[in-house]
Amino acid sequence: MNVLSVEALSVRIGAAEILRDVSLTVAPGEIVALTGESGSGKSMTALATMGLLPRAAEASGEIRVGGARILHRPEAALCRMRGAEMGMVFQEPMTALNPVQTIGRQVSETVRLHKGASSAQAKELARAALDRVGLTEIPLDRYPHELSGGQRQRVVIAMATVLRPKLLIADEPTTALDVTTQARILDLLRGLARDEGMGLLLITHDLAVVHGIADRLAVMKAGEIVEAGPTADVFAARAHPYTAALFAASGHRASLTSRAADAPLLSVDGLDQSYALPRTSLFGARPRFPALKGVSLEIRAGERVGLVGESGSGKSTLTRAILGLETPDRGEIRLGGAAIVPGATLAETRADMQVVFQDPYGSFNPRHRVERLVAEPFHLMADPPRGAARQQAVADALEAVGLKPEDARRYIHAFSGGQRQRIAIARALITRPKFIIFDEAVSALDVRVRAQILDLIARLSDEYGLAYLFISHDLSVVRGITTRVLVLRRGEIVEEGPTEEVMGAPRHPYTQELIAAAPRLPEDQARTEESHAT
Amino acid sequence: MLRYALNRLVSLGLSLIVASLVIFLVVEVAPGDPASFMLGINAQPDTVAALQAELGLDVPKWQRYLTWVGGMLTGDFGTSYTYRTPVSEMVADRLWISLPLALYALALSTALAFPAALYAASRRGRPGDMAVMGATQLGIAVPNFWFAMLLVLLFAINLGWFSAGGFPGWDDPLAAMKALTLPAIALALPQAAILARVMRSALIDIMAEDFMRTARAKGLTRSQTLWRHGVRNALIPVLTIIGLQFSFLLAGAIIIEQVFFLPGLGRLIFQAISQRDLIVVESVVMLLVFAVILVTFLTDLAYAAVDPRLRRRA
Repeated sequence: MNVLSVEALSVRIGAAEILRDVSLTVAPGEIVALTGESGSGKSMTALATMGLLPRAAEASGEIRVGGARILHRPEAALCRMRGAEMGMVFQEPMTALNPVQTIGRQVSETVRLHKGASSAQAKELARAALDRVGLTEIPLDRYPHELSGGQRQRVVIAMATVLRPKLLIADEPTTALDVTTQARILDLLRGLARDEGMGLLLITHDLAVVHGIADRLAVMKAGEIVEAGPTADVFAARAHPYTAALFAASGHRASLTSRAADAPLLSVDGLDQSYALPRTSLFGARPRFPALKGVSLEIRAGERVGLVGESGSGKSTLTRAILGLETPDRGEIRLGGAAIVPGATLAETRADMQVVFQDPYGSFNPRHRVERLVAEPFHLMADPPRGAARQQAVADALEAVGLKPEDARRYIHAFSGGQRQRIAIARALITRPKFIIFDEAVSALDVRVRAQILDLIARLSDEYGLAYLFISHDLSVVRGITTRVLVLRRGEIVEEGPTEEVMGAPRHPYTQELIAAAPRLPEDQARTEESHAT
Repeated sequence: MLRYALNRLVSLGLSLIVASLVIFLVVEVAPGDPASFMLGINAQPDTVAALQAELGLDVPKWQRYLTWVGGMLTGDFGTSYTYRTPVSEMVADRLWISLPLALYALALSTALAFPAALYAASRRGRPGDMAVMGATQLGIAVPNFWFAMLLVLLFAINLGWFSAGGFPGWDDPLAAMKALTLPAIALALPQAAILARVMRSALIDIMAEDFMRTARAKGLTRSQTLWRHGVRNALIPVLTIIGLQFSFLLAGAIIIEQVFFLPGLGRLIFQAISQRDLIVVESVVMLLVFAVILVTFLTDLAYAAVDPRLRRRA
């Protein structure tokens, strides 16, 4: 019997139809992936299964977990099932744990709640669960903030599986993690399904993750399942145009015209940067953590360079140093010959360099109109355009990124994530800079939107002769948008070279590890599909 | 945890030294000399000179500072010019009313605010929440002396359950507590209203956190989630407010003390100021500063007890 069967599930909140006629099943030991873009209804399907729909939601159809009906089940009965019959793992391991309770207490809470076990028994089971997810070394009395992101996700998995539920739902469990950590967590989930016979419903937007792990796959769009079947079949057929488009976008590479090497533009020379850590004794010196160790790099005018590395590798520190936001301990940064010194960089040098950040939601002041947001960097210019010329410049920048000049009068909340990133790029372009840093600029976007933004970046780079440093933890994205790549590890550049060479035949063990860990779509399929789609 | 506590203790000591210096400088070094200020403009020159000698104004300032601080450390706060009694005795008498009153009011306000906040937060946007929010709005808007007068009218005059004012002393603890009850309620109501609002919004923020959803996925009911995972996380802003309120209650109860004829610290300092008794003012202010800094220290310790992430931070 299936551990989960969803039949003709429809959910509406007020007038909005969130899910329409969704049906899927998960058998014991089976891994079923649910994929689609944000807002397609993946998470809502998971919440409905857990009986955790928002109060205002009205659901119809049928959901059964191990034969028990979920919809319209009394809350008390649902509480007895959650954690015991079905467990759930969420996306954001950094916030999924209660920061003021030890991990042992949080894992054993599930046991005490459902089994009425004594504290000692509960602890024993919690220990066993943590051991099972590979945290043998971690004592129960640790707090979440003392663990890394990957370790925290393991704790969340231990919490969801301590009572060995029949069904485990994992909602984007690895999206917030580094590739090597992601590979380990996926291995762990696969093991739980295969060895313990748990049914696993894996929700992910990442088709490459699906490819490596799922037995079956369902593709969702706008609240409906548009295509479903065994993973290999769906990957081969891609019968629905939306599925085909998703595949095309997942393996997307922007077309980069070849350019002759130009004069050096940005040079970073022997950069050291360290941060002070908390004191270890009351009056002792504060120990320092070296974030960057002797980093040197050079970017030529018009060059498209990628920077990859995992969290904590020093990517953000390097970005901040190049932007002149922090004084390095040692070393020098020059842009077009002029030194970048915090607080003392020439305004025109700063106007030559702009940045686009990751978060399309948090990086704009919500109370300013787009016009003001986009025109903001003008204050760096000695003689910024005024009046009509200023409006024209804003309109031009908006048109360059594929928006309309009228959008200048609107506020930021009226735009989608992809449009916001376009506005961020328009803001970066307004001073006609020579160099832009893209700091995880497409990481928060859906694959199709991401593909469009990558194309936009490539086109603008051609039109404006723009050089950029594209920082990402996602190797496939870096591969699609850069011609040269730097690999940063623990504050040092361990490998650098032409992107295709480094990705195709990495020399440094760390690069090899990164590339091996990155989930991959079947290469040839993605490539051919893209040529169909374009 | 121990290092954190030591660290806070060092900062407590430093704050006290700085505060004592500031108070000393303001009182002693400010324009004009304390003796003539205390005696007013019509004083005879020889009276002023006598007071100057009595106050020890004829020795260097640094020596006077050390004498003052040294005196306070040994419990000698000087002698009140107006009453000719040791300040330490006067303060001790008043403290025996003000401190219990402040604690009483704080306990009441916390006891009122916590359930109200939990109730409102768990019914966000529904009639119960709106009722609590309306009541707290009223509690903040209406001044506490008005509450005090209403309480006197109802419980002392109409019902006759409590006396309308005065304090019988601690010989009969029950009678003393009874005398402090109406003032404590009057003080507590506005504080409870503020505290309830702060805690409600802290709880509502916490309820949107991912770990609350995780807790629900474990099988906890809504109210279990709120109690086991919400309350402690919501305590940080609440502790901040409680700390501030205690400091205020200790010295700021002057109007309430006036309404209920309670000889508390607030009235003492008010009288001392109007009688220009700088010796009393200086000592009482220093004592209050000490109380505020001590409460801040205790609040810091409470933060660390609630939130393990703060324990490591220096």
